[in-house]
Amino acid sequence: MRIALFVTCLADTVFPQAAKATVRLLERLGHEVVFPAGQTCCGQMHVNTGYPGEAVPLVRRYARTFDPYDVVVAPSGSCVGSVRHQHAWVARRAGDERLASRAESVAARTYELSELLVDVLGVTDVGAYFPHRVTYHPTCHSLRSLRVGDRPARLLRAVRGLTLVELPAAEQCCGFGGTFAVKNADTSTAMLADKMRHVLSTGAEVCTAGDVSCLMHIGGGLSRLRAGVRTVHLAEILASTEEAV
Amino acid sequence: MTRTFLGMPATAPPGVGHLRGDEPFPAAARRALADPQLRRNLGHATGTIRGKSAAVIDEVPDWPQLRAAGAAIKADVMARLPDLLVQLEAAVTAAGGVVHWAPDAVEANRIVTGLVAATGADRVIKVKSMVTQEIGLNEALSAAGITPVETDLAELIVQLGEDRPSHILVPAIHRNRAEIREIFLRAMPGVDPGLTDEPAALAAAARRYLRQTFLSTPVAVSGANFAVAETGTLAVVESEGNGRMCLTLPRTLITVMGVEKVIPTWRDLEVFLQLLPRASTGERMNPYTSMWTGVTPGDGPQEFHLVLLDNGRSAVLADPVGRPALHCIRCSACLNVCPVYERTGGHAYGSVYPGPIGAVLSPQLTGVADNASLPYASTLCGACYDACPVMIDIPSILVHLRAEAPHPRAESTAMAAAAYTMDHPTLYAAAQRAARLSRLAGQRGRGLPPPLSGWTASRDLPDPPAQTFREWWAAR
Ligand code: SF4
Repeated sequence: MRIALFVTCLADTVFPQAAKATVRLLERLGHEVVFPAGQTCCGQMHVNTGYPGEAVPLVRRYARTFDPYDVVVAPSGSCVGSVRHQHAWVARRAGDERLASRAESVAARTYELSELLVDVLGVTDVGAYFPHRVTYHPTCHSLRSLRVGDRPARLLRAVRGLTLVELPAAEQCCGFGGTFAVKNADTSTAMLADKMRHVLSTGAEVCTAGDVSCLMHIGGGLSRLRAGVRTVHLAEILASTEEAV
Repeated sequence: MTRTFLGMPATAPPGVGHLRGDEPFPAAARRALADPQLRRNLGHATGTIRGKSAAVIDEVPDWPQLRAAGAAIKADVMARLPDLLVQLEAAVTAAGGVVHWAPDAVEANRIVTGLVAATGADRVIKVKSMVTQEIGLNEALSAAGITPVETDLAELIVQLGEDRPSHILVPAIHRNRAEIREIFLRAMPGVDPGLTDEPAALAAAARRYLRQTFLSTPVAVSGANFAVAETGTLAVVESEGNGRMCLTLPRTLITVMGVEKVIPTWRDLEVFLQLLPRASTGERMNPYTSMWTGVTPGDGPQEFHLVLLDNGRSAVLADPVGRPALHCIRCSACLNVCPVYERTGGHAYGSVYPGPIGAVLSPQLTGVADNASLPYASTLCGACYDACPVMIDIPSILVHLRAEAPHPRAESTAMAAAAYTMDHPTLYAAAQRAARLSRLAGQRGRGLPPPLSGWTASRDLPDPPAQTFREWWAAR
């Protein structure tokens, strides 16, 4: 299958390893990955900070860039959530009904990685090898905006060598929330403290998730504590093989 | 044909009531977060209610359908609110009640104070109600020389402690029993000085005090959970029975009700009386459900007044995106699941309506400029939307209100610049390189300028990658 990658601005700039892993994984599974030029950002930061008007060109850019493709994947639950649940609203709010329906059409073809693998490509065992103790943080947008459910856990359970340990209070937000972490830094830190406490209580070496933003937040906190737990994107685990761990 | 422009409906007036805080949410939250006792009390209380509620909701196979029915009834109410209110007024009047219309808090307080004064009473007993807190009725009564006595146990604790409620349903959720004992010893008239902090002892002390008050006070003030337009029936749901005492013992009953509480038919109660107890206290059935229709000669209050309050609700109704905030049945499920509320508590929200519903309701009632920090007091995690028994999409309303809120000029400029860059891939790639250079030049992971420094104060930024993804892809 020919799959267009929406890298997302954060993965592109700060966490390219998650996007590279997505490419490696999909190619290993025999698919063709294309990277449409002209893509930048989904506009979620603008929408969620109160600037939906400023997000209109970004929504238009996303729709124009990805309309030619049947399947689009992004290694980020929250960006896919924005594409699916905010883009048409942003367009309608600006009075652009044509853009709204185009945005809806592209959104229906945009998938988060675990959705793409399980629902579209029909695989749960991707042939990965990752000999570590891992805990999975579901991330709010994957959990509640996209309803990815147990898809990531099914993928992780099929990884050879991997021990999946359940994260207590997993469904609680890590406290990132985009600009929330800046505007309400104290509350965000308090939420992060509890999330880290739960991560550490699992004894896992690795905390994974399907969102680079939440991983950046949790990983940033763990790093400050020198906690000895790594954050690794789901794509990186699924891309790991015995030959290249 | 002529057209009349009525203008935007008025928002709740400032200077009266409790819809506006003294300081923005982040500052108030910062103080609350520093209180370890508060954090423990809240974490324990919300965790317990969450567990109880989830267990009893699990028992109901048609919960999703019930939620959808609740949402549909409320949407229908809002679509024809004026007609239903007129119908309610007619039904209440026909049953012997008197209906008063209060456009705002000032007027509602004036009406209630006047009604109490006319009875000659200098004390009223109060059923727990959010709306009378919203309008600051207790202050207005006190100013007129009338003593309001809260009869809900938790509300009494708040009143005696000269404190503010911090939860819709459990106003003293921020207090533990040792603190409650101290408050009783300090402020409860006639309290036994040997009082312990056993829950049963605390409840008995409150009961002794309240019994005397119930029996000797001729006027009660209540709110309402529902008002049935078709029959003129008012309904109050509570857990202690103290509300029932207030609603039946006094001679005069005055009910203040937000206009959005009306429901069309008696039958609609069936839906809400199933949704409310399971979502709010985690009970299968509400313990005390009191309903009354006007006045019954020789039985219960012989004088009944209903005050219908707007106080900004028409302004909420006029906004199609924000309007579902009026669907709220004040169950407080959204508070109990909210990770922000669980850590900051209710006082940080400034308004009497805390938590997620407060973050969407208060700014709409006051006008968003007066509560501009509240729409941002959320990570948009969506837990509230999932928990809400009438399916209010709180995150979407928050995002909508953020767009309406006044923005700091520096932020607006930065956002416009960022959007421009993001819409020009060449500039975007250049910005990526610039970001990498400045990060490499500076101290890694630290030292971002404010407000971004708020983020790096407690977390490290990751090492900057040698290559962005698009550079890697191009070189592949
Ligand atoms: S918004 Fe929904 S969950 Fe929150 S108090 Fe109101 S009805 Fe309950």
